[in-house]
Amino acid sequence: MSAPALAHPPSARHALVLVAGNPNSGKSTVFNALSGARTRVANYPGVTIDRRSATVALTGGRAIELTDLPGTYSLAARSREEQIAVESLLGRGPRRPDAILVVADATALARALYLTIEILEIGHPVVIALNMTDEARRDGIDIDVERLEALTGARVIPTVASKGMGTDALRAALAAAIERPDVPRMPDVARSSALQADLAELEGLILSERVMERPQEARVWAQWLLLSLEHDFGDELTNIPASIRSGVHRVHERATAAGRNLDLEIIAGRYHLVDRVVSEVCRAPASARRSWTDRVDAFLTHRIGGAVAFAAVMMVVFQALFSWSEPAIAAIEDTVTAVQAFVSSVMPAGPLTSLIVDGVIAGVGNVVVFVPQIALLFLFIGLLEDLGYLARAAFVIDRVMRAVGLHGRAFVPMLSGFSCAIPAVMATRTLESRTDRLLTMLVLPLTSCSARLPIYVLVTATVFAPGSRVGFLSAGAMALFAMYALSVVAALTAAAVLRRTVLKGPAPTLVLELPPYRLPVFSVLLRGVWQRVRTFLLDAGTVILALTIILWVLLSYPKDPAVAAEAGQARAALASAALATEEREARLVEIESRENGAQLRHSVAGRVGRLIEPVIAPLGFDWRIGVGILGAFAAREVFVGTLGVVFDIAGADETNEPLRHVLRAATWPDGARLMTPLAGVSLMVFFVLACQCMSTVAIVKRESGGWRWPLFMVAYMTVLAYSASLLVYQVGSRLGWGL
Amino acid sequence: MSATSNRRPLARVPVGSTAIVSRVSGARRVVRRLLEMGLVPGTPVTVQREAPLGDPVELRVRNYALSIRRSDALGIEVE
Repeated sequence: MSAPALAHPPSARHALVLVAGNPNSGKSTVFNALSGARTRVANYPGVTIDRRSATVALTGGRAIELTDLPGTYSLAARSREEQIAVESLLGRGPRRPDAILVVADATALARALYLTIEILEIGHPVVIALNMTDEARRDGIDIDVERLEALTGARVIPTVASKGMGTDALRAALAAAIERPDVPRMPDVARSSALQADLAELEGLILSERVMERPQEARVWAQWLLLSLEHDFGDELTNIPASIRSGVHRVHERATAAGRNLDLEIIAGRYHLVDRVVSEVCRAPASARRSWTDRVDAFLTHRIGGAVAFAAVMMVVFQALFSWSEPAIAAIEDTVTAVQAFVSSVMPAGPLTSLIVDGVIAGVGNVVVFVPQIALLFLFIGLLEDLGYLARAAFVIDRVMRAVGLHGRAFVPMLSGFSCAIPAVMATRTLESRTDRLLTMLVLPLTSCSARLPIYVLVTATVFAPGSRVGFLSAGAMALFAMYALSVVAALTAAAVLRRTVLKGPAPTLVLELPPYRLPVFSVLLRGVWQRVRTFLLDAGTVILALTIILWVLLSYPKDPAVAAEAGQARAALASAALATEEREARLVEIESRENGAQLRHSVAGRVGRLIEPVIAPLGFDWRIGVGILGAFAAREVFVGTLGVVFDIAGADETNEPLRHVLRAATWPDGARLMTPLAGVSLMVFFVLACQCMSTVAIVKRESGGWRWPLFMVAYMTVLAYSASLLVYQVGSRLGWGL
Repeated sequence: MSATSNRRPLARVPVGSTAIVSRVSGARRVVRRLLEMGLVPGTPVTVQREAPLGDPVELRVRNYALSIRRSDALGIEVE
């Protein structure tokens, strides 16, 4: 959804300052220190990176619009997301920036300077926040700030953003940079005459195509195109005229024929300048002393200690998602029930009340119920990321993940998927490449989330007689274990297959910085968590709410007046009968259950259930189970309640004995038993593999930036689930396991 | 280069040793990324340690820690 992006258009009155920097440079901390609590988060239209911006008052009363760019090591782009960041720097975005603030990690000056030089080449006024100077000093690194200013032509402000040091100086420097935007030139990057000729040729092409007007920006864009465009045109970069694409291709081919490598020439040329600047401004101890990061790593990435630490951390994260979120989730559910009861009691019974209670309030509940797990997961991810452990976790587990074509960083989202796919899909943002993100979010819903558990419990308790055993294990425990094993195998296999088919691309790789261990800044951490929750509520939440209401309509309409009339008569008869209060209550519940069941069978969903029976019968499911499956699209655990209603049992949960009884007694029209153990296994297999969760669809839509991938996900998972259940039931029946 | 120079892939450099990058080859995307992260020819790089399962490896380059897979380290020629 792009609505939030339009809610806060960048103010045209204020000067625009973009904030750039490497990941782990403390960019968010600097941004927060400058902006205070006035941050707005919006989407870049069409892509899935958040755009954080804030209006900031500078020294002297001037206000600026501060916009955060995604953290990056270079401007070369491999994805649409990165392209947008580059284009906003180059003035191809909505507006040209008035100044750039580069956040540089003083402990890794060379790497920070590479990005800084790329930005300086554009020609906007630049202010460098030389961050974490305290750490640099502790490591014995001494940086000559004045010399750095003289060499780069940028203002350099030493900061320790985590302690708020240097913030006022930064404000003053930004104000000065905007008021006196004459930029002293930095020394030219050394380039061979051949490279200069290549760049001049492309610069001329760009200017003649009128893509850009300023020669300096055109020259930077030419270098960016040379580095970013794939030779086989297999990149996802857009909005680049074909003539320019073929021009870049021609220049590359000519260089290759002459034995030159343009990537190397451009990058090495910049690093040549970086090395010159670093050698002039930075004095560091010849041999870095053994830092405490190194000592901690000796344990945390140790062959045995590292594995133990990894397992321990992941267990805590999983425990938090699975158990610690439980009280909050229960409280939300209780509140929703209480509000529903209250509204039902004060409003007259009727379709409007039903819409509000079972559609809108239930829908809002369906959204809010995810908040505890999302908040907890992002709290942990933020904490581990800021501490520096998340990168180590990826380092430790990468060997395992790469076997199926996944990135080491995909482990935490995959693990979270066993609790709930919604926060897990959101957590794929910690992956850098879009292909890795898509792959992970497409296979994530195959991990067996906690909402599947009630279904396993109901089915195993229904179809396996207590005490039935397979070997020394109870049949139920065996089935449960098999379902979890199936979900792991399915997720990993799907990843391996998708990587070789629809998400075929360059071999995934891991080039990962392992930042020094640092203490997190809690205000930044908590603000990050809140921003995630907020985006979820606004973007995915609206889709989930809408889907809940649509599903409610399908399960409620059309009504059968005959059923309502019959129930009315039964109630009237009951009212005039002489009965004890308890007896009367029980009969009322019975009448209502029968009415609800009859209405559901009469509804669109009920009819669709009957309609699809021929399709699902080969899986061992009759139309009533079909209705349950349709209802379960709201959330998997709803299957139990919907099945209860179809079988005239109100308020059923997975431990409900009457529901188990009816299910055991249920038969096909020919008298054959419906819920045989084989049908039960087939049903569980279906729920392991099917995308029975509209909230997952909504969040994948939000995170992939469109409907294409969520629809693909639903399609492949449905085919997979159907085929697997078909295989189980048909092969099982042939082998005589059906009874 | 001269036959006497001791050229070998970075993947063969033992943990704890330092070498100088002489050439980076392989898939263009990977090479470009490694170059951008500072592994340009002439840069000293130390193999700091390997992950518990032997892969990936942790390098120290330009005063920061970078982890890459062994398969990519094969394309980095050092001396």
